[in-house]
Amino acid sequence: MTREWQLVVGLEVHAQLLTRSKIFCGCPTTFGGEPNTHVCPVCLGMPGVLPALNRQVVEFAVRTGLALGCAIQEKSVFARKNYFYPDLPKGYQVSQYELPICVGGGVDLTLDGVERRVRLTRIHMEEDAGKNLHGVAADGSSGVDLNRAGVPLLEIVSEPDIRSIDEAVEYLKSLRAILMFLGVNDGNLEEGSFRCDANVSLMPVGSTVLGTRCELKNMNSFRFLRQAIEFEVRRQSEILEGGGRVVQETRLFDPQRGETRSMRSKEEAHDYRYFPEPDLPPVRVPAAWIEEVRRSLPELPRARAARYQRDLSLSAYDAGLLTADRETAEFFDASVRARGGGAESAKRIANLLTGEVARLANDAGAGTSRGKLTPEALAGVVRLTEAGTLGGPGIRQVLEELFRQGGDPAVVVASRGLAQVSDESAVEGACDAVLTAFPGEVERFRAGESKLLGFLVGQVMKGMKGKGNPAVVNAMLKRKLGA
Amino acid sequence: MSAPALLDRSITDLAGALSRREVSSEEVTRAALARIEATDERLHAFLRVVPERAIASARGSDARRARGEVRSPLDGIPIGLKDIFLTKGVETTCGSRILAGFVPPFDATVVERLETSGAVVMGKLNMDEFAMGSSNENSAFGPCRNPWDLERTPGGSSGGSAASVAARQVFGALGTDTGGSIRQPASLCGVVGLKPTYGRVSRYGVVAFASSLDQVGPIARTVTDAAAMLGVIAGHDPRDQTSSLLPVPDYRAGIEEGARGLRIGVPREWLQGGSEAGVERRVREALAAYEAMGATLVDVELPHSRYGVAAYYLVAPAEASSNLARYDGVRFGLRAPARSLADMYGETRDQGFGAEPKRRIMLGTYALSAGYYDAYYLRAQKVRTLVRRDFDRAFERCDLVAGPVSPTVAFRLGEKVDDPLQMYLADVFTISCNLAALPGLSVPAGLHPESRLPVGLQLVGRPFDEATLLRAARALEREMGPSPAPEAIG
Repeated sequence: MTREWQLVVGLEVHAQLLTRSKIFCGCPTTFGGEPNTHVCPVCLGMPGVLPALNRQVVEFAVRTGLALGCAIQEKSVFARKNYFYPDLPKGYQVSQYELPICVGGGVDLTLDGVERRVRLTRIHMEEDAGKNLHGVAADGSSGVDLNRAGVPLLEIVSEPDIRSIDEAVEYLKSLRAILMFLGVNDGNLEEGSFRCDANVSLMPVGSTVLGTRCELKNMNSFRFLRQAIEFEVRRQSEILEGGGRVVQETRLFDPQRGETRSMRSKEEAHDYRYFPEPDLPPVRVPAAWIEEVRRSLPELPRARAARYQRDLSLSAYDAGLLTADRETAEFFDASVRARGGGAESAKRIANLLTGEVARLANDAGAGTSRGKLTPEALAGVVRLTEAGTLGGPGIRQVLEELFRQGGDPAVVVASRGLAQVSDESAVEGACDAVLTAFPGEVERFRAGESKLLGFLVGQVMKGMKGKGNPAVVNAMLKRKLGA
Repeated sequence: MSAPALLDRSITDLAGALSRREVSSEEVTRAALARIEATDERLHAFLRVVPERAIASARGSDARRARGEVRSPLDGIPIGLKDIFLTKGVETTCGSRILAGFVPPFDATVVERLETSGAVVMGKLNMDEFAMGSSNENSAFGPCRNPWDLERTPGGSSGGSAASVAARQVFGALGTDTGGSIRQPASLCGVVGLKPTYGRVSRYGVVAFASSLDQVGPIARTVTDAAAMLGVIAGHDPRDQTSSLLPVPDYRAGIEEGARGLRIGVPREWLQGGSEAGVERRVREALAAYEAMGATLVDVELPHSRYGVAAYYLVAPAEASSNLARYDGVRFGLRAPARSLADMYGETRDQGFGAEPKRRIMLGTYALSAGYYDAYYLRAQKVRTLVRRDFDRAFERCDLVAGPVSPTVAFRLGEKVDDPLQMYLADVFTISCNLAALPGLSVPAGLHPESRLPVGLQLVGRPFDEATLLRAARALEREMGPSPAPEAIG
């Protein structure tokens, strides 16, 4: 950004809800499938069909609204958004307009150590459209796949509170993590189950009057969002600096070129002719239901990370890693519980989870899953470590075994002979053997080449097939060498 | 050749005869099919007859009856369906070229309920395109005619349903009523037509015209028959969330209780000379008959009903403009060949829609447009609230409201086709009832003194109080004696 212009961004997120069936019919919401196989007369928009609202969609909207601090509306109304597009079978989208289900709220962020809040305008429920497929048929004709038509969406609209690209990305990441924590969305930008449009404008630094905005579409990764806004800032500031005016329009991001290009101007914008959907009565959310949902809310990432730092003395970095997704956070909490608390143990659990276990999952392509490792088993590994029974290489092997096969860490350690040898007499024997085998090195160490201690320790460990307790070996060698 | 006596019977009578095994459903059904065959070339009530399906249902009914099983008062009775109801495997056009060739993959809820109750579906009845019209002349497949005078319209939009019932082709038929489309043709054809309270009957599988006004109802030759049909089709449907959860009463239970003690509201706005003299005379005579039967007439006011037609012609086209957007040639019905997608849409809609749907799509699109919404659609919705309040106030002083159904008897084919506004005014008395979501009924009130064409009396009731309407209508029916059969059709 140039010195003279302040970036202003508002984001509109479309998040597909993880309900089993579509918003107005019983068709499955599963991604993929042969085109037009997850369809029925309702989502095909056949004559005579009527929508029947999926209650789970309302519950997910309420859950999301509560998590984001919105006011849940006791009465909200579906409306028809009328426009022609081949992927929209009825010629209108059932959405909410004047009376959305959630109003207000916000997302709290920490950016470079500074706390920020991006306010929300509203959250509403609507149905997704289908997808146009080009160049798939043998004759080169285009087709429409309506599997996605009627998949429930939440549209989450922010106020134009975002003032930097980093903030835009951080907002989107935080929102995504919250939705995933709530179990309402899978956070997949690439497959389009979590989509984002950005309203971008510039105003002179110090001004409070918003400039003319452009709506950017088609950014299906955090990187593309960044690129699109960067491009748009350059484009708009060049126009403004040249004395021109930004034209209000919708612009499509081209990921190949890293550019946005005009899709339609304000004059070409649709007149959606909204009116209340006569086929659906107003949505009523009784206060008791709201309270029921509130009680079932999980602890959210920020609150959780704060608790980890406060109660378990974890670093902000570790707390952030552990709360990046709900599975990891839940696994961590369960492991700490199984170990019986304690900041020291918690730190060890955190290190194993974000280190060795994450590596195993990554190697296995298991994502955030932890194979057959259970929180109880992880707690057991930590307990064995703290008792001195397990050391570095042993830990790695036990975890690998537990990840692949599951089981009780004590049993795995015993059956695979992974226990660390801390017995003084066993260690002493091994040390003596090394001291005898390497008289030259012993000589040089005594002469002051202190770094040779490492070599000697290594030789002892080698002699003990890696099972020696490094602390005991170290102490023993030092004593024998008179160091 | 006039209809055989068998076909002249009421549903209730015939159900008795069937249960006494005096006649089989198959015989009745074959007689009805023969009657259709003999008369429909002139009447044109049917767009499609389904003889195989009908005979199969009739045999099924007879087989059940032989086992001592009777599913409902409609078991084994031939019934017709307005072509607005989706019928699985049977082409459903809604009177429009744009749906030509559309064979639905499922049955409308009401069709399912009729067939589950044993009714014999005879086929699909003629109608104004997308239920837009009051004369059946907007049918893309040629108008149905009035069995009382083949040069006249049966009314609309459920003209085929009313004409077929009057002509003794079927014993009852289902229609839909958005602004009078059951009551007006029932009145013009001299039969009973009932538009239930909005939400009383499921709209699932009914091609939508104006979703907040459309309601399904029966057309029959007697009040009791209409009550029996309503009992079968009414009730909550999880697939229609605007359908009511209120339990369905036995509509025939109190139907013979007479008019004594009823307070009948007479809106002065409905009897101020807005109708032909002969119509108004028969309506006043019917009111006098009620008084003679022990009912009390009460003057009531419906001051906002004068804005009804204007409000209706904003709300209904607005909803229609959205409901008709799906007819684009892609997934069902007509597809006009064209070079580009946009041309295909345009050509399909140009060829597929008749003048009236086009007119209403344009009106409705305009009424919903940015900058006009508040002045038109929103204002019209406010009028609806006022119209409803008028009725609420009236119902503090009376049990039902009575007046004419149609300002005229059946008019001549072609008489109003070139004047849409005149055509719209045919519904001046029926529209308020839809705007207010109330039940309304048309019951024969005799023949016009000069033209000898049927005149109907309209009764409008409290929400979900169809029972009182049926009871009052039955009282008048009993007083007047059986309505004559139309002679023109032979």
